[in-house]
Amino acid sequence: MTQLALVIDLNVCVGCHACVTSCKQWNTSGEAGYLSDDNPYGADPTGTFFNRVQTFEVGEFPKTETVHFPKSCLHCEDPPCVPVCPTGASYKRAEDGIVLVDYDKCIGCNYCAWACPYGAREIDEHQKVMKKCTLCVDRIYDQALPEAERKPACVMACPTSARLFGDVHDPESEVSRAIRDRGGYALMPEWGTQPANHYLPRRKAVAEIHPDELTRHDNPLKVDGQLPRPAPGEPALDDVTSW
Amino acid sequence: MRPAWSVILFTTLAGAGQGLFLALFAADLFARAPPDFAAAGAAVALGLLAAGLAASFFHLGHPERAWRSAAMWRTSWLSREVIVLPAFMAAVAVYGLTHALSYDRNISLLIGAAATVLCFALFVCTGMIYACLPFLQEWRTPLTVVNFIAFGCASGFTAAAALAAVRYPALAPRYALAALVLGGAAYLTRLASLARNARLRPKSTLATAIGIKHPKIVQIAQGAMGGSFNTREFFHGRPREVVRAARWAFLALVFPLPALLLAFAQNSFAALFAAFALQYAGLLAERWYFFAEAKHPQNLYYQAIA
Ligand code: SF4
Ligand code: SF4
Repeated sequence: MTQLALVIDLNVCVGCHACVTSCKQWNTSGEAGYLSDDNPYGADPTGTFFNRVQTFEVGEFPKTETVHFPKSCLHCEDPPCVPVCPTGASYKRAEDGIVLVDYDKCIGCNYCAWACPYGAREIDEHQKVMKKCTLCVDRIYDQALPEAERKPACVMACPTSARLFGDVHDPESEVSRAIRDRGGYALMPEWGTQPANHYLPRRKAVAEIHPDELTRHDNPLKVDGQLPRPAPGEPALDDVTSW
Repeated sequence: MRPAWSVILFTTLAGAGQGLFLALFAADLFARAPPDFAAAGAAVALGLLAAGLAASFFHLGHPERAWRSAAMWRTSWLSREVIVLPAFMAAVAVYGLTHALSYDRNISLLIGAAATVLCFALFVCTGMIYACLPFLQEWRTPLTVVNFIAFGCASGFTAAAALAAVRYPALAPRYALAALVLGGAAYLTRLASLARNARLRPKSTLATAIGIKHPKIVQIAQGAMGGSFNTREFFHGRPREVVRAARWAFLALVFPLPALLLAFAQNSFAALFAAFALQYAGLLAERWYFFAEAKHPQNLYYQAIA
């Protein structure tokens, strides 16, 4: 079984929103139609996005840390949004685990959005159907694209490579290794949704220096100092060369 | 959650229609109401259900595709409701017809029994739509279903009392008494759910939402300068005073005030109708509060715009 997913490294995300704009560009130009916006340049802009980058401040001043947090549909392995859909418009693909909405079947009842604890689904206010991240299902299998580009648009755009894409069920994939080796975790594990997308935690490179490392008891300078010094007339190593 | 008027109207109108049908059938079983009363009552119940159904269509982005929503009855309570509602309406219509055309009593009793089963199935479907969502903790309780049933029955019996006052006055005091008992029971279960919800502690926190173990996390930006679907659909957007006022309003209107009328003016149509109107207004407030009270965990991600 394949379960495609994103793994997002919070340690390197700089909050540049490149994934957001790239996602919007790709998905608003696709076969499935545009992602509508209202007042994009006005006072109160709003629109449909699959991916948002949020910013949180952790800690209390002055010991704070800014965390940029990209959020999109997590393609849960046990997605609560799917069984509630009355029309079958929301479904999880057996072959690759991507959760999709069939825009031609959706009646726009919002029930699936209520059933997603992550707020990953957004109704398109003009087309009146539910939208969410498709993992760029119209890119990743496209034989017309060079193999290296068969990745979600957000992954292609990320300048810091904070977004990894792959099969989390394949233990040897890049994403599985990242989750395993770098402490990948799931969001809101308390609801048992088993998100396929994972996040890699912030890591700090802290150098621990102990006092004895600054003043080493076996400092060779001092050790040398305690050795008996050769008398001035005795042959030294340098004298060897002068022999 | 944002209270959606279409859903508030649907649940309250359909609930009253269901309760009214149960009231008619109860009279049919125990007291042998005249057929024209049962027929008229069934017509009113159907009217309430149809009004509710019409309101529910306004909830849909694509009402013309509503027929598709019968597809996933194996997994979705909403789909089940979509199937049971028209079946129940059809049963009520046939039940009314058997009385209007004075069919054999056994036939109408049989159809009434079937409609009763469908009626309770509909209550359960409607309640489970809300009670089945695990992370809407305010709704995730059997009390949700119980309240839908109890308030539906209470308002239906009040409506039946008002109707009886015009068409068959002998029954009005009995209906009024039943409405009092049911209303009191509904009031108690609702108080129980209010007490339960007041003690809830949210399972999700910002720490589990973004997976960073720290007691102090604040949101700086939610990724959009204006609002989004997420800020509109999941927040009631009213000051706390309004929510509190809605609670006091419904606590006064759903039972105490109509109870006075039901207890002391059991033969006056005007008083009984006023009781129904007050109770219905209270139910609108109750349902509004039901939505406003529910805190969706997604709100954790939408706390600051900047
Ligand atoms: S993140 Fe939300 S929309 Fe995506 S699969 Fe999970 S529950 Fe469904
Ligand atoms: S909004 Fe569309 S996809 Fe979501 S539950 Fe309703 S019909 Fe299904």
